[in-house]
Amino acid sequence: MPIFSYIVLSIALFSIGIVGVLTRRNAIIIFMSIELMLNAVNLMLVAFSKMHQNAAILAGDLSGTAGMDGQLFVFFIMVVAAAEVSVGLAIIVMMYRNIHSVDVNFLNRLKH
Amino acid sequence: MNIIQILFWFLSVLAIFSALMVITSKNPIYSVLWLIATFFAISGHYIMLNAQFLAIVNIIVYAGAIMVLFLFVIMLMNLNKETEPQKSRWLKIAGALAGGCLLLVLVAALKSSVTKEQFATVNEGSIGLIKNLGKELFTTYVVPFEISSVLFLSAMVGAVVIGKKE
Repeated sequence: MPIFSYIVLSIALFSIGIVGVLTRRNAIIIFMSIELMLNAVNLMLVAFSKMHQNAAILAGDLSGTAGMDGQLFVFFIMVVAAAEVSVGLAIIVMMYRNIHSVDVNFLNRLKH
Repeated sequence: MNIIQILFWFLSVLAIFSALMVITSKNPIYSVLWLIATFFAISGHYIMLNAQFLAIVNIIVYAGAIMVLFLFVIMLMNLNKETEPQKSRWLKIAGALAGGCLLLVLVAALKSSVTKEQFATVNEGSIGLIKNLGKELFTTYVVPFEISSVLFLSAMVGAVVIGKKE
């Protein structure tokens, strides 16, 4: 597939995530939009790694390891996202316990 | 139009449609379920790009673990009712416009930077197999791998400390 198709798909998913962050007030949905943006970036990295491998093979490098770094970066992004979700959801649960709502408009002050 | 193009368009339309449903659903439970559909579509893309390891890890970690955590939190807070306070209509229109402008600008900026000859190879290549990725992960990337285990430990401690009642 041409790389531009994957670029457009990833940018579309990323923009949908941005719109979700900007238009919703529920903290959990905002969090899910952030996950959506992370996944758009992951898809882009994998597509670029395959493009890089294709270019290396065309240039005569037949060792076959070109482009592997991109997929390992995706693996590390997933690791960091899992850690981020566990801490973030704990923060949301604590916020719900204190103000009995997950509406981000109530969080415009750091103290209450 | 061969089978690969048909699969690509099917998975892309599925991913974008379910992503739109994530941010437009009133009920947070439906948002989580649509997000799982999005992750499955993205995993389908990974399989098409012959990145089997990432496809399986995506399903196990995202659709399996993270989304179950989201579902637990939503059910714990009893949020599965459609009483979320909405932003005003103008703010929604402004947000959609801003996202659309980002889409337009990024696509227009990247359109001229790629040539027609740059392809992502589909259904071939062995860099996505677990054997090659594992070798690379435990030789070149062994230090970040160990550091990420420390990160997980600190995230676990942090989640417990934040979550416990004082």
